[in-house]
Amino acid sequence: MKVAAVVLLVYVHTAGLLWDVPRLDILNESIRAVYFHVPMWFGMILLYCLSVYYAVRYLRNPLEEYDIRSVEFAHVGTAFGILGLLTGMLWARYTWGAYWHGDPKQTGSAISLLVYLAYFVLRASLENQEQRGRLSAVYNLFAFAAMIPLIWIIPRLQSSLHPGSGGNPGFRAYDEDMDASMRRVFYPAVIAWFLVGYWISTLRIKIRKLQLIHINS
Amino acid sequence: MHGSWLNAMNNLVALLRKEFTLELRRKSVISGIGLYLFSLVFICYLTFNLRQNVISPATWSALFWLVILFSAVNTVAKSFIGEKPGSLMYLYMVASAQEIILTRIIYNFILCLLLGLLGYGLFTLFVDNPVADTSVFMAGLVLTCLGFSASLSLISGIASKARNSNVLMAVLSFPVLIGILLMAIRITKNALDGLEAAASRDEMLNLVGINVISGALSYLLFPYIWRS
Repeated sequence: MKVAAVVLLVYVHTAGLLWDVPRLDILNESIRAVYFHVPMWFGMILLYCLSVYYAVRYLRNPLEEYDIRSVEFAHVGTAFGILGLLTGMLWARYTWGAYWHGDPKQTGSAISLLVYLAYFVLRASLENQEQRGRLSAVYNLFAFAAMIPLIWIIPRLQSSLHPGSGGNPGFRAYDEDMDASMRRVFYPAVIAWFLVGYWISTLRIKIRKLQLIHINS
Repeated sequence: MHGSWLNAMNNLVALLRKEFTLELRRKSVISGIGLYLFSLVFICYLTFNLRQNVISPATWSALFWLVILFSAVNTVAKSFIGEKPGSLMYLYMVASAQEIILTRIIYNFILCLLLGLLGYGLFTLFVDNPVADTSVFMAGLVLTCLGFSASLSLISGIASKARNSNVLMAVLSFPVLIGILLMAIRITKNALDGLEAAASRDEMLNLVGINVISGALSYLLFPYIWRS
């Protein structure tokens, strides 16, 4: 898996930086951000989904392993979210003229990061391991359900400068702008970044489990 | 089946009545909340040095919802935080977790609604009342209060188990409430501008959706918190 991730990323970087991209007004070369910025959000959402999945499993069957998995996926997901926000800000600096533009998508993503930062604060302030696992799993599920309307519904209600908004956000809107050659790089990019995230999470999970064994023995 | 349903209803009513009796008995808490709200509105009035027609409708709705948010968080926070261990134990023995969270949501909803109405009255008195369409505004207020109580009741349950629960209450609840708050502010803005009710329909439906999700999640997840 890590080999696949590395191979795909090498491909994405060379192809993404060197291949031709469609010439569009204003966007110009910055359209290449699609290969690096957008996959961050896909990675974040997928990693958070995994985190919620293990939170549900923990609630049904409180094994410490599920708790570790849940929190580590949330850690790496948050790292992806911060990277997504930073790459987006960098892109916005050159296309919109300011790092922070108050765009609904920027606000929504900042709020969803706040949710998971609150999740870590909650974990830090609970001492009992079992209680920490259960309560943070509950908050994880609840906050995830609250995050979905923020990321998907609210930006659609407001006019947004973000590409893909103004009509139907997401893939459909890219279809007009994104020609086949771009999609040949974009989809591998999404997969590759997600694989990297998953790989980092599994490493962290392994470390945590080893620490646990070390403490218990 | 019919009998058990009736039984559950009876339990709910009894629990609700208990909440209200207890609340009315502790006059200091109620007057404390009222005074908190009053001070907040008064601070808004003084710091902005508001006089008639000075404040724009957008600022009015932002101020109004901030005041309601803060007093609602503080009010609902004490729903589980600061409850004596003995009374929690008593509740644990007489009622199921689902009944408890349902009564708490209903009770907090009524409390939030009262706070909202009181806040509205105070704003009218001190600041201004620019609301052009009262029915839309009230509908928005009711839906928002329902959302607040559904999410805050659960979060209060989580925060009560942790150290420094009051700080945690704010940290955990604000990001979750922002979605509801944004909808509320948009409905309020429409009501202030006097747009027809159809203009706020999308926001209302969104609020109903968020309320259903958070209410259902609170109902399903609360037993896991209650068990400890």
